Amino acid sequence: MRKVGVIGAGMTNFVRRAQETPKELSYEATKAALDSCEMNLEDIECVAHGTAPDAFDGIHQKGEYLADGSGGWNKPTMRVFVGGATGVHALIHGWYHVASGMFDTCLVVCEEKMSSAMPHAQGFFLTIFDHTTERALEPTLLWIFAMEMNRYMQRYGYTKEDMARVAVKNKNQGRKHPASQFKEEVTLEEVLNSEVMAYPVSRLDVSPVSDGAAAVVLAAENVARQVTEQPVWIEGVGWCLDTAYWATKDLSYPRYLEKASKMAYDMAGITEPAKQINIAEPYDPFDYKALHHMEGLQLSPRGKTVELLKDGHFDQDGNLPMCPSGGLLGVGNPIAAAGTMKVCELFWQLRGEAGERQVPGNPKYGVCQAWGDLMQVSSVAVMGV
Amino acid sequence: MNKVAIVGIGYTSFRSTSQDVSYREMIFEAAKKCYEDAGGVHPQSIDAFVASSEDFMEGVSIADEYVPDQLGAVLKPVQSIAGDSMQGIASAMMQIQTGEMDLVAASAFSKASNVLNPNNVVSYACDPIYVRPLDENPNIIAGMEMNRYLYETGTTREQCAEVVVKNKYNGLFNPSAVYGAKIELEDVLYAHEIFSPLSELDVSQDADGAIVLLLASENKAHKYTQNPIWIKGMGWATDTPNLDYREKGWGDAFYATLAAQKAYSMAGINAPYKEIDFAEIDDTFSYKELQHIEALNICGRGEAGSLFKQGFFSKEGEFPVNVSGGNLGVGYLHEANGLQKFMEVVLQLRGEAGKRQLNKVKTGLAFAWRGIPTATGIVAVLSNDG
Repeated sequence: MRKVGVIGAGMTNFVRRAQETPKELSYEATKAALDSCEMNLEDIECVAHGTAPDAFDGIHQKGEYLADGSGGWNKPTMRVFVGGATGVHALIHGWYHVASGMFDTCLVVCEEKMSSAMPHAQGFFLTIFDHTTERALEPTLLWIFAMEMNRYMQRYGYTKEDMARVAVKNKNQGRKHPASQFKEEVTLEEVLNSEVMAYPVSRLDVSPVSDGAAAVVLAAENVARQVTEQPVWIEGVGWCLDTAYWATKDLSYPRYLEKASKMAYDMAGITEPAKQINIAEPYDPFDYKALHHMEGLQLSPRGKTVELLKDGHFDQDGNLPMCPSGGLLGVGNPIAAAGTMKVCELFWQLRGEAGERQVPGNPKYGVCQAWGDLMQVSSVAVMGV
Repeated sequence: MNKVAIVGIGYTSFRSTSQDVSYREMIFEAAKKCYEDAGGVHPQSIDAFVASSEDFMEGVSIADEYVPDQLGAVLKPVQSIAGDSMQGIASAMMQIQTGEMDLVAASAFSKASNVLNPNNVVSYACDPIYVRPLDENPNIIAGMEMNRYLYETGTTREQCAEVVVKNKYNGLFNPSAVYGAKIELEDVLYAHEIFSPLSELDVSQDADGAIVLLLASENKAHKYTQNPIWIKGMGWATDTPNLDYREKGWGDAFYATLAAQKAYSMAGINAPYKEIDFAEIDDTFSYKELQHIEALNICGRGEAGSLFKQGFFSKEGEFPVNVSGGNLGVGYLHEANGLQKFMEVVLQLRGEAGKRQLNKVKTGLAFAWRGIPTATGIVAVLSNDG
């Protein structure tokens, strides 16, 4: 198998309402990624891009619309789409473009503009449900995640306060990220006292609605070593999709994530993830999800995760820093772009370029993960130096 | 690079409407046939799955959710390509080429009969600032493109109408084709004009259907079939989606040229006309077949129309094109278009094309285009000669 390296990364600011068109957001991120490794579009052989539902931007065949903004003008361009997991999956999509031997360089770009949706982007999630068995009940996304959160808390005796600690940690960590949507400090009381959306989910348990884009440049080993002295290698990738019939699953544990991460760890030769992984960027659209995913990623024993969180195990200077970027809760959540933001974070962290957010001790391995569909899919990538 | 073969095919019959089955049942049927075709392989022993779909045509946001169950792919690596299903095949091929996967299935379907007004959906593909506010039926773009193509190349309106006559006639010999018919040139020329100079009959009509293919690595191919068909080359390319910035204007299908360059170089083909025996080429609109034949470098620019007249591209001709009936004869299957073309080439190369079987074919080409208003094309070169 050909070794594939990440050699450049860039992103836009994440904001609530961008003035730029979706194409322009893609362009900004793409340009920033290319500039970071001093490359031009002429050096790029193909584009592997991703973006979540067309309904957000209100554009059918959104991949076609975004193609030129993402550098895909007169080039092989292909859009991958696995719901919320698209942001990390786009890296996997780019990885096989290069690892296959078909291409030597590849641009990976993800964009999301959720503010075009009126009155609120959540409205489009009404159309993700089964047309016969579920849509008639008019469920919202918040309801089903409230069920998952409830089930997870009940299974291990976790409290709402335990979950809120994640929101506080990530939101305050996110203030160190220059692209973050937030600048204000958040306290535990504020999270607990924020408006209930669908019990037990309160407003500050949830990541915000955002616009933004993020991009990375991939290259085969021989090219990567010419371009930079510090390529970050894609050591392993994995993905897994569970049944669409989510109501028949035990929601307390993401078994699809266990499978996806095993695939990635096997490829990377990682046998003891909790010891060998130095940084984790689990997907955290809701605070409980970060912990839920740490268990699925085999980075924390089931039912012991809150204890580790309280002990500072997951802090920036802890044994296993979790979401040093600030995550979706702290930086913002333009769906697909948020996943790629995690890829960018690992790139910067593993190169020691993460500034104020830098985790100490020269980390060697990082793992990033995104999650989506009907609580059903995960994409995982292990990156290393 | 690892070689990749097609070892299984399954498909439903294509129909203009299918009220009695859901899309999940259609995919289940195609998948079951595909796994049986590949020696009864169990889906849990398939390494990965790739589906191709676009949300708006399915009436579901995040259509990826509903991929795994009917394919037998629960808790497996499954992903969707929001593109033509031949891009889905390219994705499956690359996954195998990495060496990490041995068996990958590709699936796609069309349930266009569920969509009340497909043209409204297509208008949502147009640029929201520059094009959509014009509030025209987006197929008007095809009429203008055709005009430009005829003007630049000297191809005639009648030559385009010949394409419709040929493809609908070919469709009569394909049991899966929905719109096979024996019609005359005049029928096309005097049909109701919809987007000048396109008449009703120049435009392909929607059809429903599901197709599943199984791809295998070189090491595993012979385990599942006696008759593997090899992917010799694949290429895909996107020109700009901006209608006003196309590299070579509106008369030329430059995306097809770019995609073909990559596929031909991978397959080691220098003279496509000589080295390829037949082709399935997008004919969403009649003129597109001629424009694409030229852009794929099968003949020179402006030559397709007159070669057509001489019968070069008919079933008995020197370079048969769309023996299946193409989109005009088979029907327009949306994102499943590419798989239909790809599958037809595989059937011909296996010698399983029934009444429409071509003699002694070794190498075939499939080309799909993503339709108005896109400028994306995908080329595959296949061979039964390992």
